[in-house]
This record gives sequence, C-alpha cells and structure tokens, in this order.
Amino acid sequence: MKDKLFKSFLFAAAGLVLLLAGGMFYSLVGGSVNAFRHFGLVDFITTADWNPRTGEERYGALSFISGTLFTALFALLLCIPFSLPVALFNGEYFKGKKIAVAASSIVDLLAGIPSIVYGLWGFYTLRPLIVSSGLNEQGFGILTASVVLAIMIIPYASSLSTEFISMVPNDLKEGAYSLGATNLEVIRRVSLPIAGSGIFAAYILALGRALGETMAVTMLIGNTNNIPTSLFDTGNTMASIIANQFGEADGLKLSSLIAIGLLLFLITAGINSIAKLVMRKILH
Amino acid sequence: MNNLTGEYLLELKKVCVSYTPGKNAVNNVSADILPNTITAIMGPSGCGKSTLLRAINRMHELYPNIVTTGEILLKGKDVLKMNPSEVRRMAGMVFQRPNPFPTMSIYDNVIAGYGLNGIRLKKSEKDEIVETSLRNVALWDEVKDSMTKKGSFLSGGQQQRLCIARALALKPELLLMDEPTSALDPISTNRIEELLLELKEQFTIVIVTHNTSQAARISNYSMFMYLGDLVEYDTTKQMFTKPKDKRTEDYLTGVFG
Amino acid sequence: MGFKSDIKYRSAADKVFFGVICFFTALTMVPLFLILWELLKKGYKQFNVNLFTEVAPTSMDAMLAKMSSELIPGGVLNGITGGLLIIVVAIVIAIPIGIMAGIYLADNPKGIFSGSVRYLADLVQGTPSIVIGIIAYAWVVKPLHSYSALAGSVALAIMMLPLIIRSTEETLKMLPASLKEAGLALGASYTNVVIKILLPSAFGGLFTGILLAISRIMGETAPLMLTALGASIINWDIYKPTSAIPLLIWEFYQNPNLVDLIWSSSLLLLLIILTLNLTAKSIARKWKIQ
Repeated sequence: MKDKLFKSFLFAAAGLVLLLAGGMFYSLVGGSVNAFRHFGLVDFITTADWNPRTGEERYGALSFISGTLFTALFALLLCIPFSLPVALFNGEYFKGKKIAVAASSIVDLLAGIPSIVYGLWGFYTLRPLIVSSGLNEQGFGILTASVVLAIMIIPYASSLSTEFISMVPNDLKEGAYSLGATNLEVIRRVSLPIAGSGIFAAYILALGRALGETMAVTMLIGNTNNIPTSLFDTGNTMASIIANQFGEADGLKLSSLIAIGLLLFLITAGINSIAKLVMRKILH
Repeated sequence: MNNLTGEYLLELKKVCVSYTPGKNAVNNVSADILPNTITAIMGPSGCGKSTLLRAINRMHELYPNIVTTGEILLKGKDVLKMNPSEVRRMAGMVFQRPNPFPTMSIYDNVIAGYGLNGIRLKKSEKDEIVETSLRNVALWDEVKDSMTKKGSFLSGGQQQRLCIARALALKPELLLMDEPTSALDPISTNRIEELLLELKEQFTIVIVTHNTSQAARISNYSMFMYLGDLVEYDTTKQMFTKPKDKRTEDYLTGVFG
Repeated sequence: MGFKSDIKYRSAADKVFFGVICFFTALTMVPLFLILWELLKKGYKQFNVNLFTEVAPTSMDAMLAKMSSELIPGGVLNGITGGLLIIVVAIVIAIPIGIMAGIYLADNPKGIFSGSVRYLADLVQGTPSIVIGIIAYAWVVKPLHSYSALAGSVALAIMMLPLIIRSTEETLKMLPASLKEAGLALGASYTNVVIKILLPSAFGGLFTGILLAISRIMGETAPLMLTALGASIINWDIYKPTSAIPLLIWEFYQNPNLVDLIWSSSLLLLLIILTLNLTAKSIARKWKIQ
C-alpha cells in the first residue's frame, strides 16, 4: 500500500516534466497569439520592421532571427579551431592521463563563468582592442559578440567531442598504426571519420547554446534593429531584443517579444533534437 | 622475393621487453627466421608471445613506459633504429579480432595502407592491388560485386581475411599474426589456415597461437615461450615429436596451458 | 619506391600537427586566466568587508564618493541575501521533484513514457534562459501582478530540474543492482529500500549533481531580469521584487556612477561559482563518479 503510494509519487514527478514542457509551449503560444493574429505567422517571421510608435505599430522577427543565426554560426566557426584541438589533446594524445584531466577541468571552468561576466570582459577588454584595430568605430557588433560567444561555447563543443574521440576503439587505431600510419594520419583517416558524427552532434549542441546566449551578446552586439549584413554591423539577436525590451513592453509589443521567445524555443528544441537523434544513432 | 638460402629474413638478438623497469616480459630472446616459412610462437597466456610479436613492428611504442632492447634485424636492418612507420610497412600485422575500418568500404579497406601512408595511386594501380590482395586471401570472388559496401557487412571470417588482404596490399616482407583465428569459428579458422599455407609461397609469416594443433598443422618452425623465456625453437616436426625441454613436453601434452 | 624521403616529411608533419594541437589547447585556457586577472586587477580595491555587510549604494552616494575620489561606499549585501532567498526557494521546488523523477527513470529505463520524460527534460535543459524567464513571467509575475523572488525561483528551478533528474538517474544507475536486490530479499519494502538504502548510497552523486546545478544557475541574469527584477533593499519576502548579485552587476554596469562596482561584485560572483564547481568536482572524484 505504502509502496503503491510512493511509486505513484515517483510517477507523478516524472509526469510533471511532461506537464512542464507542455506548459512552457502552451504559455509561449498563448502569449504569442496576439502578435501572430495581428501580423500573420509568416509575415511576422519574414518582415524586419520593428516600429513601436503608436498607430504605426509593426513588428517582425527577421532582423533578430538573422542576427541570431549570424552570430551563432560565426561563433561556431570560430570555436572549432580551439575546441577540436582540445578534444584531440584530451581524447587522443593524452587520453586518460593526468594532464588531460587537468586541461579538461580548466576548459570546463570556462563554462562556469557567468554570461554577464563574459559581457563585461568583452565590453572592457575585447571591444577596445577591436576599436583600436580600426575594424569598427564603436567596437560593438556581430564580430565582438561572436568572439565572446565562441569562447563561451568552447567547453560544450570540446567536452562532448573528447568523449566521442576517446570512444574510437583502440584495435582500429592499432590496425592503422600497424600499416605504417603516423599519429596525424591515424587521426585524419581513422579517429576523426569514426568519431565524426559524434563530433557533429557536439557542435550542433554548442550551436544550440550559442543561439540562446543572452547577456554577453546583449552587451556587445550593439542593439540595433536591422538585418546585419557584415561582421562589423551591429544588430540584435532574438535573446538580446527580449532582454532589452521585455521590461517596458506591453500589448502588441509584449506579445511580439513572447512570439520571438517561442520561435527561439522552437529553434533550440529543433537543434537539440537533431543532436540527440545523431547521438542515438551512434550509440546503437 | 628470392629465397636466398642460408640468409635469414628476421634475426632476433637478445630481445628484451619490459612493462615495468627491472621486470622483463620478454627475456633475452634470440632467434633467426628463414624466408618463406611459417613460424609459430606458442606458450601459455602471459608467456610473452604477443609481446615479442609486437616488439618486431614496434607496436609497443604506442604506449608509454614499454622498453624494448636488443637487436631486431629485418632483412639485415635494425628495426629499432628505423623509422617506425617504415618498419610497420615492411612487417604487416593481423590482430586477434578482425578490425576492418568501419567508415571505409571493402575496397578502401584493402587499399587503406596506401592512404594511411599518404601514397597516391592511379585508379588502375589501386584496382590491381585490390584484386591481387583479395585473390591472395581468396576473398575476391565473394566480394567483387560488393566492393562499395562497408567492411563490417562481412562475416567474421571474411573480415579477418579482409584484414589479411589489407596487410598484404602493402607487399610486406613479413606478416605478423597475433592469434588471428582465436575469435573465429572452426570453418573460418580452417580456411585461414589453408590460406596461410598458400601465402607462405610469397610471404614469411610469424604467427602467435595458443592452439598447439594449429601450430602443428601449418608451421615449419615452432617456438615455445614460458615466463618470458624462449624455451625451445626448432622445426615443428622435431618439437612435436621429440621436444628437448621438459616444459615444452608438458605444454604440448597438455599438462599446463 | 620513394617511401624513405616522404617518411621524413610525414614525421615532420606529424610533429608539427602535435605542436599545433598543444599550442591551441594552451591558447584555449588563456581567456579563463585573462578574465580572472581582469577581475582581480580592477576589483581588488573594492573587494572589502563592506561588500558583504552593506547594501548597494545609491547613485548619489556613489557620485559624491567619486567626486571626493574615495572608494564607493556600500556593497552587494542585498544581492547576497536576495540570491540566497531565490536559490533556496528554487532548491526547495526543484530537488524533491528532480530526485523523484530521477528515481523513476532509473527504475523504468525503457518505455515510451520514460523516453519522453528524458527527451523533454533534455529539451527544457537546452531552452535558453531568457525564454525560461518569459515562462516564469507568464506563470508567476502576471497572475500575482508583481515581480517577485518567487518568480525568479520558479525560473531557476525550471533550469535546475533537468540537471538534477539527470544526475540522480545516472548516480542510481551506477549503484550495483545487488544492493537493491539484497534489500528486497531481506523483506524490506520498496519504499524503504529506496529511502534507506539507495538514496544514502547515492548521496555523494546526488550532492555533487545539486552543487553543479546550483553553480550553473548562480550566474544567471537574464531570467531574473524578467522575474525578480531587483531591489535596493534587503528583502526576505518571496512575493516582493528581490535582487541578486548578477542583477546588481547589470545595474552597476548601466549606471555611470556605480560602474566601478562591477569588478568587485563580478569577482565575488565568480569566486562563489568556481568554489562550488571545484567542490562538486572534488567530491565527485572522491566518490569516483563522473
């Protein structure tokens, strides 16, 4: 009797997760309905207007969607030359050694630094560098945000890649060595191809992180409502426009911001599902 | 390769291998091996037979703290002083478990040694090497229509023959085999044994086996190792009929191992 | 064949590549130290007892201090207490549900229900924190017509929940099956086996998971901006707007008079997080868990 009750509690707790996820989706949709009804779902996504003046109110997410994709994808590109060496260092060259444990713990600490602290660092250290290099007058923009974002996602990309690289069976590597391959050739032709889809999943997950990062990006991207066309352009991401304008918003604008939140939720959910699918395929 | 009578292909001189300093897993082994022969290394598990085999193509260097001393001459050249990549190309290796590269097709698996060594070949050259190597291991007829399939699609015995073909494709002087049939069923084992007898015409084979009857069936020469020492090395016929050492006799009659 | 000459080239390429890997790995660690150095260099002057004993100064006080070139008075006490309040309430919400759901998943590893729970927990974990802020706004701030510590706690609890579920499940899965069987064989009820045998044996893992989850949410700013909002006084009422260190940093950053305080408060925040993080990992190592 007592066991039955206890077990139903456990079941209820697990069921609560379903309710939570469902509820999140429901509330986001509920909050966005007004905006979608007013502008139309497709128009909302495909227009770049952001005009809060009463009477001419018109909101569209395109600037922010493109700003988000631009910064996140560029950050992903920037993080590869660092996260991949870290993964090879820890998962191939020094697999299981003390130095790899130390290196991965230090890199993991990067994930512990709060977004707002990254923002401050980007603002006060990186931005002046970019200004003095003459690339950009104010130092704000896609480039600055992406560089900081890249540092922030390195630990996510590298720790999972490390796991997949170290999972490459030793007997396959020995097979390649026995044919005369050097370390580099084993990595290029055996380890990386075998760990490839796992590494791909790791980068997809890192991309998911980058898409949703808020504070650091908000502090560095320049906060302008336009479609960024170059690395030195300023812009806004979906997360940064919400962070910037949610507090003072109401009515149609609030609904539009929630709609952007819903789109961001769907994009990250989609990205994470792809990564999960790839990983499930590998592990079976 | 010419069979130069009286000239050894492989000479082991006082070879020692240790995993921890002061403790030899292979202790002062000296032996010479003639070309175009099959030499079997036997002994109970932990006797150092695989360790000795892996010293020949310097596989131990992949792991820290394993020290090999002595001289290993392959065609008169000291392998311990050569570039390991060069050594391993001259001495192909086949492992206990078939290990075809899962991301490569059957075709690419056979030719993998060339890619891994950064050697570019014309398509026609590749085709020829793949066909010869697969014919060498009697796999050609079975897989010639499924060359683009992954190696893992084959049965265990076929996979092992594919791995032998992969080693042969580089035209090695020596083929090192580390219990190549221990993971296979009796029928596949039988086929591989027949294959080795044919390959002997072109290659020189050193095979580690824990299966004494396998050694008796296929080898010309046999070594018996015990606790890191090479106890006895003789023609297989001699060893199986009149072993000189009591320990060899005990092992062959099944007293231990 | 010309193998010999290219062997030299290949081993050289091999060594160069290894060097490049080591170089870039080392380079990756640099930002951590640069950030720490920056915070120490700029923050140590303001890093004093006041930081822990006084609430954030008003803009006016700070300006006056600046004009007489004194240290800015005040600290982040309202952020410390507020953060504590928000996190304790978040823990109270997330831990029981998380641990129970984790036990359920460890006991029922297969099936569509468990599969979807696991999938959705991952999905919630991957949801950007700002979106979770919107959710907590809709669920708590709007119905109660006020920003509040409770709303912040709900947001952080949602973020912690998947982490706790995952670590509970993983820890329980690592316990030997014989442990549970032995308990049941002695005639203990399922409830007692879980509460008196499994959970105590898994304590180290659960504790580590909770510490890591806390260190993950400690630095969150975005969801709190939409929920707890911030307050200039010490507040212990969960229904009222409340501050937290990250919120104070955000306020300082935007106020030219207070901006000098960002470094000491960031340093404090980072030290708390790193301490939690390293403590959790050293416990994990002691308990031989990943």
